[in-house]
Amino acid sequence: MTVALNELTVGQEIGTASIDVSRADLVRYAGASGDFNPIHWNGRFAEQVGLPGVIAHGMFTMGAAVQVVTDWIGNPAAIVDYQTRFTKPVVVEDVDGPGATIEVAGVIGAVDEANSTVRVDLTVTAAGQKVLVKAQAVVRAW
Amino acid sequence: MTEQKGVNPDLAGRVYPAGDAYSVGREKIREFARAVKATHPAHFDLEAARDLGYADLVAPPTFAIIVAQRADAQLIEDPAAGIDFSRVVHADQRFVHHRPIVAGDNLVAELHVDQVRAMGGGAMITTRAEISTVEGEAIATTTSSILVRGEDQ
Repeated sequence: MTVALNELTVGQEIGTASIDVSRADLVRYAGASGDFNPIHWNGRFAEQVGLPGVIAHGMFTMGAAVQVVTDWIGNPAAIVDYQTRFTKPVVVEDVDGPGATIEVAGVIGAVDEANSTVRVDLTVTAAGQKVLVKAQAVVRAW
Repeated sequence: MTEQKGVNPDLAGRVYPAGDAYSVGREKIREFARAVKATHPAHFDLEAARDLGYADLVAPPTFAIIVAQRADAQLIEDPAAGIDFSRVVHADQRFVHHRPIVAGDNLVAELHVDQVRAMGGGAMITTRAEISTVEGEAIATTTSSILVRGEDQ
């Protein structure tokens, strides 16, 4: 997809997603990423270190949230800059099926016609709280 | 002045040289893409990647974390750094891609400790991994801050 920069307006919605997260998803992400910190799969350990329970890897949430941007631009390699701050943990309950749901909404944050880039700002929440802050993806529009 | 236990404040400015190369494989790209629920065909299907103009499967936008966290491990496991991994919280993360990572790349990362700030009894450490191919082509710059919580945090 080629984006016509002059047709974009700041604040325009580019997409939303609702991402179900299970304990199995965290185990899968641990294996794929190599991050085996027990706070992401061991409830006893998580509680010992003062967490409310097993929490998702921040990098799982960051990695999954950007899919709305990929879907919009149609090319994952167009995402040239992607950043976030991690503010609240996503607690994933030990239940059959999804133990948490992450809601993502993307809007146009800025358009830079000189550099042919667009900044997409993501709002990412779970259980009604913002879990990522200043989640921004800069997309190159060829 | 009380004795400072924990993170070594003199870490800032330290550079850890690139270690062994990380070889980006097709199955690892597919596995990582599934793990972050990425669905674009260019992560899975060679023809789809080539249709977009890439030589091989394209890694998802946060794939470089694998290489960056291997580089970070050098710092975290350095006894001179004084970092207790069980007290580490990921505070922020950024990826700047100079070109997309594709299967077949052999990547190395040089780790820079850019900043160490005292935070209560703990410390916020900002690191930067300069990721390049073994041939020297710049691929990505990742920056990450970790909060090492103090005993009372």
